[in-house]
Amino acid sequence: MLSFTVILVSIMVVIALILNLWRLFAGPDLADRLLALDTMYINSIALIILLGIWLSSTLYFEAALLIAMLGFVSTAALCKYLLRGDIIE
Amino acid sequence: MNFVLELIVSIFLLIGGGFILVGSIGLMRLPDFMMRLHAPTKATTLGMGGLLIASMILFTLREPGHISVHELLITIFLFITAPVSAHMMAKTALHQKLKMISRTRGQELLDPASQQLAPPQTTEKVESPKA
Repeated sequence: MLSFTVILVSIMVVIALILNLWRLFAGPDLADRLLALDTMYINSIALIILLGIWLSSTLYFEAALLIAMLGFVSTAALCKYLLRGDIIE
Repeated sequence: MNFVLELIVSIFLLIGGGFILVGSIGLMRLPDFMMRLHAPTKATTLGMGGLLIASMILFTLREPGHISVHELLITIFLFITAPVSAHMMAKTALHQKLKMISRTRGQELLDPASQQLAPPQTTEKVESPKA
Protein backbone atom coordinates (compact mmCIF):
# COMPACT_ATOMS: atom_id res chain seq x y z
CA MET A 1 0.00 0.00 0.00
CA LEU A 2 2.84 2.35 0.82
CA SER A 3 4.44 1.97 -2.62
CA PHE A 4 1.13 2.81 -4.30
CA THR A 5 0.71 5.90 -2.09
CA VAL A 6 4.25 7.06 -2.77
CA ILE A 7 3.65 6.80 -6.52
CA LEU A 8 0.33 8.66 -6.22
CA VAL A 9 1.81 11.48 -4.13
CA SER A 10 4.77 11.72 -6.54
CA ILE A 11 2.35 12.19 -9.42
CA MET A 12 0.60 14.95 -7.45
CA VAL A 13 3.90 16.71 -6.73
CA VAL A 14 4.95 16.44 -10.39
CA ILE A 15 1.66 18.00 -11.48
CA ALA A 16 2.31 20.77 -8.95
CA LEU A 17 5.77 21.29 -10.44
CA ILE A 18 4.31 21.55 -13.95
CA LEU A 19 1.81 24.18 -12.75
CA ASN A 20 4.69 26.11 -11.14
CA LEU A 21 6.61 25.91 -14.41
CA TRP A 22 3.61 27.35 -16.22
CA ARG A 23 3.54 30.27 -13.79
CA LEU A 24 7.30 30.66 -14.18
CA PHE A 25 6.95 31.08 -17.95
CA ALA A 26 3.68 33.02 -17.99
CA GLY A 27 4.11 35.20 -14.91
CA PRO A 28 3.41 38.80 -15.83
CA ASP A 29 6.02 40.28 -13.50
CA LEU A 30 9.41 39.44 -12.09
CA ALA A 31 7.98 38.86 -8.62
CA ASP A 32 5.65 36.19 -10.00
CA ARG A 33 8.56 34.33 -11.55
CA LEU A 34 10.44 34.64 -8.28
CA LEU A 35 7.50 33.18 -6.38
CA ALA A 36 7.24 30.33 -8.89
CA LEU A 37 10.95 29.53 -8.44
CA ASP A 38 10.55 29.60 -4.66
CA THR A 39 7.65 27.16 -4.86
CA MET A 40 9.54 24.95 -7.30
CA TYR A 41 12.45 24.36 -4.98
CA ILE A 42 10.13 23.47 -2.14
CA ASN A 43 8.30 20.99 -4.36
CA SER A 44 11.61 19.49 -5.45
CA ILE A 45 12.45 18.93 -1.77
CA ALA A 46 9.15 17.07 -1.53
CA LEU A 47 10.14 14.90 -4.52
CA ILE A 48 13.51 14.09 -2.97
CA ILE A 49 11.87 13.08 0.31
CA LEU A 50 9.47 10.83 -1.61
CA LEU A 51 12.45 9.27 -3.39
CA GLY A 52 14.04 8.62 0.00
CA ILE A 53 10.88 6.91 1.23
CA TRP A 54 10.65 4.88 -2.00
CA LEU A 55 14.24 3.66 -1.78
CA SER A 56 14.03 3.49 2.07
CA SER A 57 17.30 5.33 2.40
CA THR A 58 18.00 8.26 4.74
CA LEU A 59 20.85 9.50 2.57
CA TYR A 60 18.60 11.77 0.53
CA PHE A 61 17.71 14.05 3.43
CA GLU A 62 21.16 15.60 3.21
CA ALA A 63 20.41 16.59 -0.37
CA ALA A 64 17.02 17.95 0.67
CA LEU A 65 18.63 20.07 3.39
CA LEU A 66 21.17 21.43 0.89
CA ILE A 67 18.41 22.36 -1.58
CA ALA A 68 16.45 24.05 1.20
CA MET A 69 19.39 26.20 2.27
CA LEU A 70 20.50 27.16 -1.24
CA GLY A 71 16.93 27.86 -2.31
CA PHE A 72 16.35 30.24 0.57
CA VAL A 73 19.63 32.02 -0.07
CA SER A 74 18.85 32.41 -3.77
CA THR A 75 15.34 33.70 -3.06
CA ALA A 76 16.70 36.21 -0.55
CA ALA A 77 19.39 37.35 -2.99
CA LEU A 78 16.91 37.80 -5.86
CA CYS A 79 14.50 39.72 -3.61
CA LYS A 80 17.35 41.94 -2.46
CA TYR A 81 18.35 42.56 -6.06
CA LEU A 82 14.80 43.51 -7.05
CA LEU A 83 14.38 45.68 -3.97
CA ARG A 84 17.64 47.60 -3.94
CA GLY A 85 19.19 47.09 -7.36
CA ASP A 86 22.18 45.46 -5.69
CA ILE A 87 22.73 42.33 -3.64
CA ILE A 88 25.50 43.32 -1.23
CA GLU A 89 25.74 47.04 -0.67
CA MET B 1 5.88 -4.41 7.40
CA ASN B 2 3.09 -3.46 9.71
CA PHE B 3 -0.23 -2.57 8.08
CA VAL B 4 -1.14 0.12 10.63
CA LEU B 5 2.24 1.80 10.16
CA GLU B 6 1.75 1.87 6.40
CA LEU B 7 -1.76 3.26 6.84
CA ILE B 8 -0.62 6.11 9.09
CA VAL B 9 2.30 6.98 6.83
CA SER B 10 0.03 6.89 3.74
CA ILE B 11 -2.48 9.23 5.37
CA PHE B 12 0.23 11.77 6.19
CA LEU B 13 1.70 11.45 2.69
CA LEU B 14 -1.71 12.07 1.12
CA ILE B 15 -2.31 15.12 3.32
CA GLY B 16 1.07 16.56 2.36
CA GLY B 17 0.72 15.87 -1.35
CA GLY B 18 -2.80 17.30 -1.40
CA PHE B 19 -1.67 20.54 0.20
CA ILE B 20 1.26 20.84 -2.21
CA LEU B 21 -1.04 20.30 -5.20
CA VAL B 22 -3.63 22.79 -3.91
CA GLY B 23 -0.90 25.38 -3.31
CA SER B 24 0.35 25.09 -6.86
CA ILE B 25 -3.16 25.22 -8.31
CA GLY B 26 -3.64 28.44 -6.33
CA LEU B 27 -0.35 29.75 -7.67
CA MET B 28 -1.56 29.12 -11.19
CA ARG B 29 -5.14 30.32 -10.95
CA LEU B 30 -5.38 33.25 -8.53
CA PRO B 31 -5.62 36.67 -10.16
CA ASP B 32 -3.28 38.83 -8.12
CA PHE B 33 0.28 38.65 -6.85
CA MET B 34 -0.67 39.03 -3.21
CA MET B 35 -3.23 36.24 -3.57
CA ARG B 36 -0.70 34.11 -5.41
CA LEU B 37 1.76 34.69 -2.59
CA HIS B 38 -0.85 33.38 -0.19
CA ALA B 39 -1.27 29.95 -1.75
CA PRO B 40 2.21 28.32 -1.85
CA THR B 41 3.08 29.42 1.67
CA LYS B 42 0.46 26.99 2.93
CA ALA B 43 1.94 24.35 0.66
CA THR B 44 5.30 24.93 2.31
CA THR B 45 4.21 24.60 5.90
CA LEU B 46 1.38 22.08 5.76
CA GLY B 47 2.45 20.07 2.72
CA MET B 48 6.10 19.69 3.60
CA GLY B 49 5.08 19.23 7.24
CA GLY B 50 2.88 16.28 6.30
CA LEU B 51 5.53 14.65 4.13
CA LEU B 52 8.24 15.07 6.73
CA ILE B 53 6.03 13.75 9.55
CA ALA B 54 5.27 10.70 7.40
CA SER B 55 8.98 10.18 6.75
CA MET B 56 9.83 10.56 10.44
CA ILE B 57 7.21 8.02 11.48
CA LEU B 58 8.31 5.55 8.82
CA PHE B 59 12.05 5.69 9.45
CA THR B 60 11.66 5.77 13.24
CA LEU B 61 9.31 2.81 13.53
CA ARG B 62 10.88 0.70 10.80
CA GLU B 63 14.04 0.13 12.83
CA PRO B 64 13.37 -0.09 16.57
CA GLY B 65 15.74 1.83 18.79
CA HIS B 66 16.68 4.25 16.05
CA ILE B 67 15.23 7.75 15.98
CA SER B 68 15.33 9.61 12.69
CA VAL B 69 15.99 13.30 13.22
CA HIS B 70 17.18 14.38 9.77
CA GLU B 71 13.64 15.42 8.87
CA LEU B 72 13.41 17.58 11.96
CA LEU B 73 16.29 19.69 10.63
CA ILE B 74 14.55 20.20 7.28
CA THR B 75 11.25 20.96 9.02
CA ILE B 76 12.74 23.57 11.33
CA PHE B 77 14.70 25.16 8.51
CA LEU B 78 11.69 25.34 6.19
CA PHE B 79 9.40 26.66 8.92
CA ILE B 80 11.89 29.40 9.75
CA THR B 81 12.68 30.46 6.19
CA ALA B 82 9.23 30.28 4.56
CA PRO B 83 7.75 33.37 6.33
CA VAL B 84 10.99 35.29 5.81
CA SER B 85 11.04 34.68 2.07
CA ALA B 86 7.30 35.37 1.77
CA HIS B 87 7.79 38.68 3.57
CA MET B 88 10.67 39.61 1.29
CA MET B 89 8.61 38.79 -1.80
CA ALA B 90 5.70 40.87 -0.52
CA LYS B 91 8.09 43.77 0.02
CA THR B 92 9.39 43.30 -3.51
CA ALA B 93 5.87 43.36 -4.90
CA LEU B 94 5.10 46.56 -2.97
CA HIS B 95 8.34 48.10 -4.15
CA GLN B 96 7.70 47.30 -7.80
CA LYS B 97 4.11 48.60 -7.67
CA LEU B 98 2.56 45.52 -9.22
CA LYS B 99 -0.95 45.82 -10.56
CA MET B 100 -3.54 44.51 -8.15
CA ILE B 101 -7.24 43.97 -8.47
CA SER B 102 -9.36 46.45 -6.60
CA ARG B 103 -10.44 44.05 -3.85
CA THR B 104 -6.88 43.66 -2.59
CA ARG B 105 -6.33 45.60 0.62
CA GLY B 106 -3.37 47.71 1.58
CA GLN B 107 -2.89 49.39 -1.79
CA GLU B 108 -2.24 52.73 -0.09
CA LEU B 109 1.08 51.23 0.95
CA LEU B 110 2.28 50.99 -2.65
CA ASP B 111 3.56 54.53 -3.06
CA PRO B 112 5.47 54.85 0.24
CA ALA B 113 6.93 51.38 -0.15
CA SER B 114 8.26 52.11 -3.60
CA GLN B 115 10.01 55.22 -2.28
CA GLN B 116 11.34 53.33 0.77
CA LEU B 117 9.38 55.54 3.19
CA ALA B 118 7.59 54.63 6.37
CA PRO B 119 3.93 53.62 5.96
CA PRO B 120 1.44 56.47 6.27
CA GLN B 121 0.20 57.15 9.77
CA THR B 122 -3.48 56.29 9.77
CA THR B 123 -5.15 56.81 13.10
CA GLU B 124 -8.81 56.69 12.17
CA LYS B 125 -8.64 55.18 8.71
CA VAL B 126 -8.06 51.65 9.97
CA GLU B 127 -11.34 50.06 9.07
CA SER B 128 -12.42 47.11 11.13
CA PRO B 129 -15.56 45.18 10.19
CA LYS B 130 -17.45 45.88 13.40
CA ALA B 131 -16.58 49.57 13.70
